Amino acid sequence: MASNNSIKKTLTVALALCIVCSVVVSTAAVVLQPTQQKNQELDRKSNILQVADLYEPGMDVDDAFDELITSRVINLETGEYSDRFDPQSYDQFDAARDPATSRTLSGEEDSAGIGREEMYSTVYLVGDNPDDPEQIILPIRGQGLWGLMRGFFAIEGDGNTIIGLSYYSHSETPGLGGEVDNPRWKSKWKGKEIYAEDGMSPDISLVKGGADSKYEVDALSGATLTSRGVTNMLHFWLSESGFGPYLARFHGNSEGA
Amino acid sequence: MAAESVKDVVLSPVFKNNPIALQVLGICSALAVTNSMSVSLVMGLAVIAVTACSNLFVSLIRQHIPSSIRIIVQMTIIASLVIVVDQVLKAYAYEMSKQLSVFVGLIITNCIVMGRAEAYAMQNGPVMSFLDGVGNGLGYAVILLIVGFFRELFGSGSVFGFTVLTPVQDGGWYVPNGLMLLPPSAFFVIGLIIWVLRSIRTEQVEKAEYRIVANSKAKIKESV
Repeated sequence: MASNNSIKKTLTVALALCIVCSVVVSTAAVVLQPTQQKNQELDRKSNILQVADLYEPGMDVDDAFDELITSRVINLETGEYSDRFDPQSYDQFDAARDPATSRTLSGEEDSAGIGREEMYSTVYLVGDNPDDPEQIILPIRGQGLWGLMRGFFAIEGDGNTIIGLSYYSHSETPGLGGEVDNPRWKSKWKGKEIYAEDGMSPDISLVKGGADSKYEVDALSGATLTSRGVTNMLHFWLSESGFGPYLARFHGNSEGA
Repeated sequence: MAAESVKDVVLSPVFKNNPIALQVLGICSALAVTNSMSVSLVMGLAVIAVTACSNLFVSLIRQHIPSSIRIIVQMTIIASLVIVVDQVLKAYAYEMSKQLSVFVGLIITNCIVMGRAEAYAMQNGPVMSFLDGVGNGLGYAVILLIVGFFRELFGSGSVFGFTVLTPVQDGGWYVPNGLMLLPPSAFFVIGLIIWVLRSIRTEQVEKAEYRIVANSKAKIKESV
């Protein structure tokens, strides 16, 4: 046993072990990645269906998604639909990292804490006419307490009435900020409105101690910073910097089209 | 060390020397993931896989592990295995891995895994170590499933997701006990299991480390 404890042997064992373990771990990660991505894709689709209130347990998510939902890419600055990217393959998270397709946000503008914003975003539409959809589902993201929260925000065709908000990835404290996943809290969003008057400054926010107007939703108790993060990211994405120009196009459309 | 039979090594940790009920190890995850049976089952399987494989690999290289870094070596092996298990779950049981979230990663800190590697695998051959890992994982899984059974049955009126007691919300008669879905209830259930186990197998009751003497006057008199 004495030879085992020599410096040379110790270093050799440590090094060999590290190499073997890292090979095993990286092999597992690489080999399983395609399956994991497929799962994530499926999860994303079922999240979109859920936030749009179209999900039924046991349905074929892929088929239902293809049938009910149209993906389009929009130019965030003008709010117009764009054909520059294929909505099936466009990945706005990649785009947000690429300087050619994104812009740096100044500290003041960046209330969501995302650093860079892509110039084009995918939107998901329910209904046949892209200029008068039944529902609009927007991807949103922003800093919570512990990290980036990513989710979907569903709005009626008037670009103002909320259907639902749902996060598919976040790292908030279970039981406190993690309650953003709680169906009872999520159901409070339905029927609320974003803008009090025509324009691009959103009024919807989370408030403590009883939400009484249609522009207010109860904050999560015990999760002040998560609630603030949710409010900030909604304000960012629904303002002129985010989907404001796009949503403004629908404000003339009939209520709850 | 005296040769033990395969049956002993695999089965004794299940009831006779259960890691949760007798050694009271690995309680943290037992509280967190037992609110439904399917989650408990997957967690149990994950722990069986990790304890068995980590025991096997630690035992394989036990003659070459320098004693100064043996804990780190064991830890590295366990951590790698846990990452692999986590990746496999993400690929083949995505919904489940979302529910288990951080607790798969926390298998690394489960005392059972580390304890068996240090206490058994460092002194025994690979095959026996592997079986010992399976046995201890099994002991953990069995307790998890028992706790999960009671918590799911009384907390949501179902077993493995199938409704047994129809809850009031769905028009039935059963009023679900919300406490059972919260982690503290697992403490009560585990406590009851330990009570039952020790009532049946009285040899599991620890001897009191000291006994308070009824009357110590005599001693004082002596010294005076």
